[in-house]
Amino acid sequence: MTTAHHDAAGGPAGCQLTINGEARQFATGTTALAVVRALGLEGRPVAVEVNERVVPRAELDRCMLSSGDRLEVVTLVGGG
Amino acid sequence: MTSAADSTAADTLQIGGLTLSSRLVVGTGKYATYAEMARCLEASGTDCVTVAVRRERLVNAAGENILDHLDTRRYTLLPNTAGCYSADDAVRVARLGRELLRDLGNPGSEWVKIEVLGDPKTLLPDPVGTLEATARLVEDGFTVLVYTSDDPVIARRLKDLGAASVMPAGSPIGSGQGILNANNLRICMEYLKDGDPGYPVIVDAGVGTASDVAEAMELGVDGVLLNTAIAHATDPLRMARAMKAACEAGREAFLAGRMPRRLYATASSPDEGVIGRRA
Repeated sequence: MTTAHHDAAGGPAGCQLTINGEARQFATGTTALAVVRALGLEGRPVAVEVNERVVPRAELDRCMLSSGDRLEVVTLVGGG
Repeated sequence: MTSAADSTAADTLQIGGLTLSSRLVVGTGKYATYAEMARCLEASGTDCVTVAVRRERLVNAAGENILDHLDTRRYTLLPNTAGCYSADDAVRVARLGRELLRDLGNPGSEWVKIEVLGDPKTLLPDPVGTLEATARLVEDGFTVLVYTSDDPVIARRLKDLGAASVMPAGSPIGSGQGILNANNLRICMEYLKDGDPGYPVIVDAGVGTASDVAEAMELGVDGVLLNTAIAHATDPLRMARAMKAACEAGREAFLAGRMPRRLYATASSPDEGVIGRRA
């Protein structure tokens, strides 16, 4: 009997994320804060959404990501 | 009848618990440079500016950010939901805008200018999506200022849903056509201010030049929101000054109470003592 090995959390294959519409590969167990850091955006005025929910700045380090998660990292720009 | 004391009291704009001293709200988009934007905002005399929420660059993100050029202690930032074509998207964007402003400690952090568009060619609002977004964001604790058409029925529904200010368009966004339907605007104000004369009505969209602002203020609107009229003027800084003057002139004229229109003439010089023959 075979054991199916489904690795929803990414497992050894890592964490496949979509960030601002682009596919990006991160390590398993990566947090939203780690992603912000990796993008060079720590300390920048950005807000983060994971799967269409805002993750407040204070909670970014506790937000564990899974493969398939969709992130939006946004900032303020000019507009009317 | 107003007394001398009334006429010198501060004529400020009250929206949802906040007091603004200028009746112009100015957009931050479409300027040639951030530096020009900053100069124009200062010249306009505004104390409230709109901003948009967009994806950050994932490469080369160490470029300039608009916040490097906006004094967030001087201006209340009003995030918009520009570019949203559904209530779902507008709600997401509003919440992201709130998160961004909370980090800045700006008084606009619980504010949002709702735009739910129906059509990319005209940028006219989708009334159904606008009503839904207003209801959801009011429920979520936002102070909602809502971009809408000059339809008085929708305007009243938006107020009934809890919008802190209803903002009818003069003409399509960025079109510079001014106020196309002053009659509808008058009716919007009548409905929105019925029993509630202090309810803020702001003309938002389509302003092209200073006379449009003066016209709006003379009709009795509480404020005007504009962006392109300054940013796309040949001399934006000069136009920003013109807009400030026009807003003040229109407001003063409204408060002064204009003379009535008459069909026939009434002479400005006396009838008696004229030499020569009378017609």
